[in-house]
Amino acid sequence: MSKEAQVKQMTDIMAKFVGYTAKVLPDDVAAKLKELAEKETVPIAKLLYETYAKNQKLAKELNRPSCQDTGVLQYFVKCGTNFPLIGELEGLLKEATVQATFATPLRHNSVETFDEYNTGKNVGKGTPTVFWEIVPDSDTCEIDTYMAGGGCTLPGHAMVLMPGEGYEGVTKFVLERMYTYGPNACPPFLVGVGVATSVETAALLSKKALMRPLGSHNPNPRAAEMEKLLEEGINKMGLGPQGMTGSASVLGVHIENTARHPSAIGVAVNIGCWNHRRGHIIFDKDLHYTITSHKGAEL
Amino acid sequence: MANKVVLHTPIKSEDIENLKIGDIVYLTGKITTCRDVAHRRLIEEGRKLPVDLEGGAIFHAGPIVRPIEGQENAYEMVSIGPTTSMRMEKFEKDFIPQTGVKLIVGKGGMGQDTMDACQKYKTIFCVFPAGCAVVSAVHFKKIIDAQWKDLGMPETLWTSEVEELGPLIVAVDTKGGNLFEENKKTYKKRAEEVYEEIIPHVRFIK
Repeated sequence: MSKEAQVKQMTDIMAKFVGYTAKVLPDDVAAKLKELAEKETVPIAKLLYETYAKNQKLAKELNRPSCQDTGVLQYFVKCGTNFPLIGELEGLLKEATVQATFATPLRHNSVETFDEYNTGKNVGKGTPTVFWEIVPDSDTCEIDTYMAGGGCTLPGHAMVLMPGEGYEGVTKFVLERMYTYGPNACPPFLVGVGVATSVETAALLSKKALMRPLGSHNPNPRAAEMEKLLEEGINKMGLGPQGMTGSASVLGVHIENTARHPSAIGVAVNIGCWNHRRGHIIFDKDLHYTITSHKGAEL
Repeated sequence: MANKVVLHTPIKSEDIENLKIGDIVYLTGKITTCRDVAHRRLIEEGRKLPVDLEGGAIFHAGPIVRPIEGQENAYEMVSIGPTTSMRMEKFEKDFIPQTGVKLIVGKGGMGQDTMDACQKYKTIFCVFPAGCAVVSAVHFKKIIDAQWKDLGMPETLWTSEVEELGPLIVAVDTKGGNLFEENKKTYKKRAEEVYEEIIPHVRFIK
């Protein structure tokens, strides 16, 4: 296959996959929502979970985006140095976004800053955003796709704590965002926490934490323990679906971490709403693909 | 559902003044999408809103619409759901008396100024379940008007005919009730308790 044909093939697959993720939730999120709905006892929360389920069913049947806010597309790429389209990847993801915008259709969500106009096709300066990880001696390419609406983007927050504030300070920082911005951010949501040195390292980790499958744990036992404590604690707050009270608040809490400067604890929080439109796809060097997030998905 | 409460536009004060927070209603009639820039144009830029909202309903929503093939200036509502209403908080207290709007649909609660205006002018704020944009869209029968299209798809004032749009959960009523402000106090108190429970377990710096 010529390079041109390869680029077209991968662009088409990615455009279709992005469109699909706007309409169908990943398996882990769908299962978790079902579990929370079954356990729910508060009447208003039960009604809301029923509405969520009805919405996902209708979205699939009528082939429409399940939420009108289809976000600014983000792609988290783990690309092997020998993947044949490594050089073309960023350009083709942009083109796939345009294709998906018209074919799905997606909402027009790229407003050029300062000039303040909507480009009308979901691409603009620096959008969609592509985050890179290069994998030596590999010829495959893994992509997490993500669309977050404005509501669950709003609670995003990062700051640098003094070490004296410790992990107690991290706890306080996360909990404060939950009762101030949480009710509006479409609970039950997924909470991503980054613990590192500075605002940008912590912030990126907090978003990467949202790409982890539900039920996964941080490999560090203390970080995993803190995930559990925060999950149980935030659930006790009882935000419920739409922040209108209920038996739970979150789909999970994921913490990602790196080493830190001895004088600083960078911390950040990011939220993914109940309608958590994440996708995960892996390409081999011949562009055969495997979708791991949505079993049985047909593009 | 027994005793399903359906509001019809134009809405009168007496239709809504006995509703209280937590009640569930539905809407039949007309509703117009109206969000950040449209509010700003009316309140701060002093431009006349090109839609008559007297007794009307607005939806804090930026929908996905698509042109209907073969027809000029005709659009179909694909997905529509509420956006963060708090973004309109700085405008709503002036927007309500200037437009005469009676029903505001959005998500996540509004603040003291909107509460005061809702009480004074007999307007209610309701929440439609966010993220449920297809449940909502199927109640949109027809888009009948599109104004300020220069603002792009999400911000255009789309006026539609709806039939039993809902569930709309009353979150600010005409008597000074505010569901989210009340809930937030509870959440804050619980967060403080949770904090005390967690900290003995996370003293990793020793």
